[in-house]
Amino acid sequence: MYESKRLGYLFVMPFILGILAFNLFPFAASFALSFTDYPLIGSPTYIGLENYEKMVFDDDLFWKSLTVTVSFALIVVPARLAVALFIAQVLNFKLRGINFFRAAYYLPTILGGSIAISVMWKFLFQQKGLVNIILDTVGIDPIPWLANERYAVWTIVALNTWQFGAAMVIFLAALQGVPKSLYEAAEIDGASFWQQFRSVTLPIITPVIFFNMIMQIVNCFQEFNAPYMITEGGPLYSTYFMAIYIYDEAFKYFNMGYASALSWVLFFLIVAIAGVLFWSSKYWVFYSGEKEKAR
Amino acid sequence: MSSDTVATALPKTRIPSNAEVLRTQRRERISLALRYLILGSVGLLMLYPLFWLLGASFKSNQEIFTTIWFLPRDLTQLLDFSAYYNGWMTRTEFTFATYFLNSFLIVIPRVIVTLISCTLVAYSFARFEYPGKKFLFSIMIGTMLLPPIVLRVPQYLMFKELGMIDTYWPLILPSAFAVDTFFTFLVVQFLRGTPRDMEEAAIIDGCNALQLLWHIVVPLLKPALISVALFQFIWTMNDFIGPLIYISTVEKYPVSLALKMSMDVSGEVEWANIIAISIVALLPSLTVFFLAQRYFIEGATSSGIKG
Repeated sequence: MYESKRLGYLFVMPFILGILAFNLFPFAASFALSFTDYPLIGSPTYIGLENYEKMVFDDDLFWKSLTVTVSFALIVVPARLAVALFIAQVLNFKLRGINFFRAAYYLPTILGGSIAISVMWKFLFQQKGLVNIILDTVGIDPIPWLANERYAVWTIVALNTWQFGAAMVIFLAALQGVPKSLYEAAEIDGASFWQQFRSVTLPIITPVIFFNMIMQIVNCFQEFNAPYMITEGGPLYSTYFMAIYIYDEAFKYFNMGYASALSWVLFFLIVAIAGVLFWSSKYWVFYSGEKEKAR
Repeated sequence: MSSDTVATALPKTRIPSNAEVLRTQRRERISLALRYLILGSVGLLMLYPLFWLLGASFKSNQEIFTTIWFLPRDLTQLLDFSAYYNGWMTRTEFTFATYFLNSFLIVIPRVIVTLISCTLVAYSFARFEYPGKKFLFSIMIGTMLLPPIVLRVPQYLMFKELGMIDTYWPLILPSAFAVDTFFTFLVVQFLRGTPRDMEEAAIIDGCNALQLLWHIVVPLLKPALISVALFQFIWTMNDFIGPLIYISTVEKYPVSLALKMSMDVSGEVEWANIIAISIVALLPSLTVFFLAQRYFIEGATSSGIKG
């Protein structure tokens, strides 16, 4: 029965239709729209590269949101991965209650994207919120987290770093898969804990680091809920992420053409970074798969 | 690293002396204590804010602004649920009963169509052979990296053309076509890892494709499908930008939009009410997570799902 091509196509049909209608067609349409002026009323007018020219030469807000988004990703991706790997490493031991800890650390990842958490996060960083109360008790003056453009983005960074759970469970599974014999050999050779980590653990889990890095970058470049809710893009556009700019252009001002151009730039940025990572991976990602292929 | 590996490794070379064994044991114990210390303090740092907010929902504004401790000074306040009542009633003409109902009207159909479409497509990918399968599969992997934000504008225009703006269709319909490729991928991976013996036996016994799928494959897939259902439940509950774009009538707002509205209307003043209703908004997801956290961790581990 499994040789039946007809049944195979029949079952995969929803996907073919769906991917055409909801992904590939919109994907192409968005590219086409990015060369038009389309204020939603009437039909799109072709204007060539004007949207892109305006963006590059004439739109400070574009550069601002680009800077905000890129620097955010530059901070959050390494922070998340570092915390995730550290906690996974601590958990990778014969611990009682490992399941409890794993679930507790995973909880923020599950809830973190919700508006409810954003609302609550805003209260934590209010002028009189928990964070400033704690600072006050250790003798530090309250910090205007949400009102000052220097600090606002850090509330979003904190919220995102807090959600390291997805990367952590993947790291933990990878760590548990490192062959014990390698550690035994290292132990006999007198390698210290740190040496073992650097020379045994890290090389073996590089494919997982690579995977997590790609996923987190794609994720971070689309950050929307938290800055929209907590800081509303402000103050002074200091948390005006690309995703918010695209949303505003498209659904507040109905500049569908310009919004499409912006989203294509964001898409290209993600593709470019992923491309560089893929290219660089042959220098630092260690695949032990050769043996498996030979089998 | 762990005690048994050291114990089995050493005898191969030489018998360890008593002093060495003692030293290893001591090192193990220190390592263990250190690990618990780190886990405990990081856990506290991460979860304390949630407890503080929970406590804050029972405090007066005056007290919220001044105390680190999460419990209210006067413990009898814990019996006072007025913040919850006020938050639930909102300052609009609708209560959160409406908004929760709306959320479920989106979430439940979406979970069901996701399960059906994912199972069919994953079954095809994992078991059947046909020209073009590899190509389709690589498209599926590719779309996992495609940021949804690029698709928003044309999707919006499309649904507008179809007259589906301000309905739940744009939020549910795509899932019926297995375009949440993460889930399809998760099920494909799971199915590839399961042996075909039972299916082969059933084919010999004369099962047709649908009987096979329903009686043999779906039961095998149960753990993966539970993961899919749970993730889709929570992600759809959390979804904000979707409803923000498509839903404009307050009466149709799901919880996430309603929270944003409550915050805009009264948030900066009535802390306790807003915090209380935010906690309530998290309850469905929290309950689902605690009842089935095993499936979340397994799902996240096996496919490397995002957060």
